[in-house]
Amino acid sequence: MAVTATHVAPPPVLDVERVRRDFPILERTVNGQPLVYLDSAASAQRPLAVLRAVERYETQYHANVHRGVHALSQAATDAYEGARERVRRFINAKSTREIIFTRGTTEGINLVAQAYARSRFGPGDEILITGLEHHANIVPWQMVRDQTGCTLKVAPIDRRGEIELDGFLAMLSPRTRLVAIAHVSNALGTILPVKRMIDAAHAHGAVVLVDGAQAIPHCAVDVSALGCDFYAFSGHKLYGPTGIGVLYGREELLQAMPPWQGGGDMILTVSFEKTTYNELPWKFEAGTPNISGTIGLAAAMDYVESLGLEAIAAHERRLLEHATRELERMPGIEIIGTARHKAAVLSFTLAGVHPHDLGTILDAEGVAIRTGHHCAMPVMTFFDIPATARASFGCYNTEAEVARLAAALDKAREVFT
Amino acid sequence: MDLKELYRDVILDHNKRPRNFGRMEPCDAHAEGHNPLCGDRLTLYVRMKDDRIEDIRFEGKGCAISTASASLMTEAVKGKDRRTVNELYGRIHSLLTQQDAVPDASLGKLAALSGVREFPARVKCASLCWHTLSAALERSAATVSTE
Repeated sequence: MAVTATHVAPPPVLDVERVRRDFPILERTVNGQPLVYLDSAASAQRPLAVLRAVERYETQYHANVHRGVHALSQAATDAYEGARERVRRFINAKSTREIIFTRGTTEGINLVAQAYARSRFGPGDEILITGLEHHANIVPWQMVRDQTGCTLKVAPIDRRGEIELDGFLAMLSPRTRLVAIAHVSNALGTILPVKRMIDAAHAHGAVVLVDGAQAIPHCAVDVSALGCDFYAFSGHKLYGPTGIGVLYGREELLQAMPPWQGGGDMILTVSFEKTTYNELPWKFEAGTPNISGTIGLAAAMDYVESLGLEAIAAHERRLLEHATRELERMPGIEIIGTARHKAAVLSFTLAGVHPHDLGTILDAEGVAIRTGHHCAMPVMTFFDIPATARASFGCYNTEAEVARLAAALDKAREVFT
Repeated sequence: MDLKELYRDVILDHNKRPRNFGRMEPCDAHAEGHNPLCGDRLTLYVRMKDDRIEDIRFEGKGCAISTASASLMTEAVKGKDRRTVNELYGRIHSLLTQQDAVPDASLGKLAALSGVREFPARVKCASLCWHTLSAALERSAATVSTE
């Protein structure tokens, strides 16, 4: 009897009950029911490790950074710059000079729009986005279009909510100066084939910005392997604080860009005649930064890596598949966004019940989901719906919570019949 | 939090079978209301006779609260003059936002909306049609005054 030895690594497993104990908020009740938090795509909850790191900073060594010779300022500066190195490792950037701290994804994209695109583009130039984008990856480019006279083009999506790759490729030309694409769609969960899209855009000489807000908590992001020119994300989708985000930019591009905002910290010398700007990355960080945010973000990255991004992704994939099966067999449910590759987002409608009513009824059952257009009105227009209900999953969600979601949906149907 | 308070039978009924629903052509004025947060959209049409709303219709897509509120409103304001409509709007506004407001008998079926105030996120849904009606009435006044 032939025996074939196979060496398949065991699938990474997340001890979800242990993970849940790291998130104090999950112990609370909402409207008399244990909270079921299915809105991590809007903002993830924070583990104790993040809360404690921020508290330690606030109670032990808060001071301004890059300014004092005193002990606290030094400690704060070390933590702040240490967080930058933490981020660099997390996304595998070549240098900390490529890591700009921002308020979030939105600010990162606006920085590129204003400091890169605005001064370079003009009539005849094209910016290419996709039909899946969040408003944060649409509006900044419309502003650049209006400021420069360049053209904004939108690559088509199909009924599954996938990018039409051929359509995208056909829209690339030597006129394409910049391509701005989501890594994962926030409204539908679609994972875009960003590597192929980046390579194709580069072949036409365009630079590529990736909106990574929804991808960063769900998969290992390696900006060097992706080869993107800019990658923007937010801390609070990654179990970190709000008000902190990161813009990765290729050093060569950042070097050539003018500063975006002027003020303290982004300068070397100032006189009334002339100012010399600071070096990277500080050239793009005017004013006192969100120091505690960076410390919380670094702690969140430590936390996520301690669980293992692969284990988190595998857990979320199982959960998404389970939830999809459960909801698919419920009468009246239509899942919006059925891409073959999806992250932990399940957008749906229930016949006869407006998503807004669904949100209220689910909330009364202690189940928190997002309802509305998810800051992606063009996606809603494409599917000809005003809104969807969206359940999104994180490392702490369980199949029992999916059952609570399903029961709450039954309740909603009951109320409306 | 009692869902039954929000989704009373009157509300569910008017959501399912909205009254005065559809376009009106011709009309004296129309206005569009949009609640960008939840995507509720409605268009309101009015036909005036002197100072009175002779006929009113609405169409659009919205949640149960906004649809039922619009439907109930059209029934309540038909045949009423501007002053009466404005007074009614004031009373509805109190009903939706003030915890201690007691629905008075003159509100009729509109009193069914009193459960909304327990759900602050939904007050906008219920008031959208009233804002839109104000706009439509202002427009009809403007049209009248320029003629």
